[in-house]
Amino acid sequence: MAPHRQEIKEAVPVRQVIKGNIAVSHGVRLSRVKVISAYPITPQTTIVEELSEMCATGVLDAKFIKVESEHSALAAVVGSETAGVRSFTATSGQGLLLMHEVLHWAAGARLPIVLTNVNRAVAPGWNIWADQTDSASQRDTGWIQIYCESNQEVLDSVIMGYRLAEEVLLPVMVIYDAFFLSHTSEVVDIPEVSEVDAYLPPFEPEYRLDVRDPRMFGGMMSPDYYYEGRYVMHRSSRDVLHVYPRMCREFQERFERNYDLCERYRTEDADLIIMTAGTISSVCRIAVDRAREAGKRVGLVKLRLFRPVPDAHWRDALGSAARVAVIDRNLSAGLGGVFASEVKNALFPLTKRPAVYSVIAGLGGRDVTPQDVTGIIDQVLGADDPGETPIFWGLRE
Amino acid sequence: MQKIFASPREKMVGEELVQPGMLSCQGCGAALSMKLALKGLGERTIIIIPASCWGVIIGAYPFSSLRVPVIHVPFETGAVVASGVKAAMDIRREADVTVMTWAGDGGTYDIGLQSLSGAAERNEDILYVCYDNEAYMNTGIQRSSATPLGAWTTTTPAGALKEEPKKDMEKIMLAHGVPYIATASVAYPDDLVRKFEKAKDIKGTRFLHLLSPCPPGWRIEAAKSIAVTRMATQSGVFPIYEIEDGTYRMNIVPAAMIPVEDYLRSQGRFGDMSEDMMQSVQEQVNGRWQELLAQAEGSKK
Repeated sequence: MAPHRQEIKEAVPVRQVIKGNIAVSHGVRLSRVKVISAYPITPQTTIVEELSEMCATGVLDAKFIKVESEHSALAAVVGSETAGVRSFTATSGQGLLLMHEVLHWAAGARLPIVLTNVNRAVAPGWNIWADQTDSASQRDTGWIQIYCESNQEVLDSVIMGYRLAEEVLLPVMVIYDAFFLSHTSEVVDIPEVSEVDAYLPPFEPEYRLDVRDPRMFGGMMSPDYYYEGRYVMHRSSRDVLHVYPRMCREFQERFERNYDLCERYRTEDADLIIMTAGTISSVCRIAVDRAREAGKRVGLVKLRLFRPVPDAHWRDALGSAARVAVIDRNLSAGLGGVFASEVKNALFPLTKRPAVYSVIAGLGGRDVTPQDVTGIIDQVLGADDPGETPIFWGLRE
Repeated sequence: MQKIFASPREKMVGEELVQPGMLSCQGCGAALSMKLALKGLGERTIIIIPASCWGVIIGAYPFSSLRVPVIHVPFETGAVVASGVKAAMDIRREADVTVMTWAGDGGTYDIGLQSLSGAAERNEDILYVCYDNEAYMNTGIQRSSATPLGAWTTTTPAGALKEEPKKDMEKIMLAHGVPYIATASVAYPDDLVRKFEKAKDIKGTRFLHLLSPCPPGWRIEAAKSIAVTRMATQSGVFPIYEIEDGTYRMNIVPAAMIPVEDYLRSQGRFGDMSEDMMQSVQEQVNGRWQELLAQAEGSKK
């Protein structure tokens, strides 16, 4: 028996020590997903195993379509969602890249699929470790992107993801780091089914494949219509910025956990604010505390929602600092850090803008320690000008 | 409500699920095939259409020429989207609805083969139809792996005609062990409608291969579309048969076979073929025909 198998038996609210991938599976179970389709890829694999087990034992009443590729995994749930059934898929790295065509399709078709992506570096060379380039490079597909820092956040984001997706009719990608979360055990509160039912109503779309009400989906669209279709999609994505705070408040009232669009940590009076996503945030908290102890006014803003871009929230959270250092565990070759680029874009309308320092760190799963972040803080505080190129932290000769 | 018809022939003039407004070319076999297919299937049908001529034929937003639900999907996903739709219909307790993929030869033999193989291996309860016009006709006549040896296309121009014979999809599907495989064409409409009626009631992955004449691509007159397609079967180039749980049955056995050359010479696309090439096609056809007869004979025992 697989060692994790015992973890699925409880259906009541419990506090358990579980890995990120198991937390995802509980989120899927509690969301009463009816169709799952997935293809195994390290480090996502244990989600597939866990969900297979849940379906086999009846803990989860869902049909699991075990397809022959990630491209097909997402295509299968495009079919089931269009037929009006809540659906789920999960992938990582190369798998997400193979899905690229269907990612655009799912968003354009306005299907509220939830997908969890375990951030994995892009080959070559083969590297299964944490790196956000896979999901960052899908930023223009129309998917809502949520980056997570803890296993609790991962579980909660799956549930919140369906609520959000079904309200704005756009798919949601819940994103977290390979191994640092996928295979690391943490304490997680697993909510009660009835509580989740009260938060997440059943999925009944207005339009679906229905022989009693025949409609055509996704067909040919002339220049007379296509443009407006894309505009409406953009509007729906921007609507998230209004919908999310409301559903987040409701989540907090029911489950006593809060997830802002972006999270501020000791940013009051900060001269320097570090901004980053994923598990590097946890490391930064330690470094921020140490900097504060040393009398340096440093804070942290954790990026959670990346699409749509919560630009006004970023301006509000970052605008008062003299300097902002964005740590990207991703690289757009020829540009630099993806998050840094978008933060600069968001801050541009301010008349008095912080100087934005772009920092690349931890690519391909290289460890980023509190000492590294302390070093980054000192380097940024010591440089009056961000310069034209990013700081490639920890680069070896 | 669906009517009960005494015979396929009566059904031909019965309820229409295909409406006027189709954007097909004159003499298009794919358009007529759909009309006949829905005669056999009825209104409790959902159709999945990957990129193909049918993505256009059906009409552009906000119009559809079909009175059944349709979902258009990426080129290579016909069979797997059907798998997802079928799973959802089972969950919605509408398991009686026929979930049909309607793909061209490019979407079946080439780019869609992987997901079709996956669905067939899982024996998904779907009806997969390949309407085969033997090239990428929607993009303007480029060769696919369903294009026959010796055919002209824009990517196999004169001097570089296709040298490889057509892939044998029926054998590929047979190797997956699916319960029902059949060929049919608009030249034999009774047979075609009967096969859709039959396939509708079989559980598991059903594969129907329809030879589908394309006047612009085959370089034939629109009015000759059906006659040329009939010659494909009369010459043995496109045998009409079915394989049910591994058992072969020949459905159309011409009283006297016509030469393959007659079929080839009826179409402009074969106009640059040499005598030698035609002879080699005749030999391949003879071999495949004998093989099929033997399999059908063996299946009787």
